[in-house]
Amino acid sequence: MKLTCKEASRLISVGLDTKLSLSDRAALRLHLALCDACNKVKAQFQFMRRALSAYTKLDD
Amino acid sequence: MTSTASPPVEIRDLEKHRRAMLKFAILQLRNETYAEDCVQEALTAAIQSADRFAGDSSVRTWLIGILKHKILDHFRKASREQAVTVSDEESSLDDFDGLFKEDGHYIEPPAPWANPEQALSQSEFFEVLERCLQALPNVTARVFTMREVMGVTTDEICTELGITANNCWVLIYRARMSLRECLEKRWFAAGHTAASS
Repeated sequence: MKLTCKEASRLISVGLDTKLSLSDRAALRLHLALCDACNKVKAQFQFMRRALSAYTKLDD
Repeated sequence: MTSTASPPVEIRDLEKHRRAMLKFAILQLRNETYAEDCVQEALTAAIQSADRFAGDSSVRTWLIGILKHKILDHFRKASREQAVTVSDEESSLDDFDGLFKEDGHYIEPPAPWANPEQALSQSEFFEVLERCLQALPNVTARVFTMREVMGVTTDEICTELGITANNCWVLIYRARMSLRECLEKRWFAAGHTAASS
């Protein structure tokens, strides 16, 4: 299955919260191997997670 | 001569964490009265169990952990009294159609974020993050912060709030896309990347 960026961005998000199906994982991996924009979005989603984790430890 | 070890947490020291706890609770609950109630309950619980604080984490982390449980209790109670309803607007993905061409690929590829890790050492960045979180619609914000700030699994969120897994993932996706856009506009594209605090 070939993904669009729109579909890939959703799968990136879902994949941060649950284990994707084998076919979704393969499709996403293939898409990310070819798409710079979606790699950026994935890195930005992961950064936001780190930022929110750091937010709860502020002024610790 | 024997020395007595000081207790790992002094009860009188707990009060100094109230302001930070209140800030955390308001972000989750979006209601100052509920937030104050949860913080008070958390501090009371902390005082009652102060002798069990092992010192493995900082006092703040320990208190925030107790507060998270109190906030979750509040959410449980609230969703038992009134079911959470996800509006059509909040469960739709149409808002983001403008980012994509008809073939589903980006019209404008997302801009790279310069030195994002550096932002984590700047208090102004967290003020922007807070404002971006406050701009999220209510149910979206609740689901997103339960997942990302409080570490609740999506299965537990669905159970606690009585929403479907698909709704949950859509809300979290919407939150991430909105937050990404907001941080880009208010921080990364605004040239805040040089450390200033």
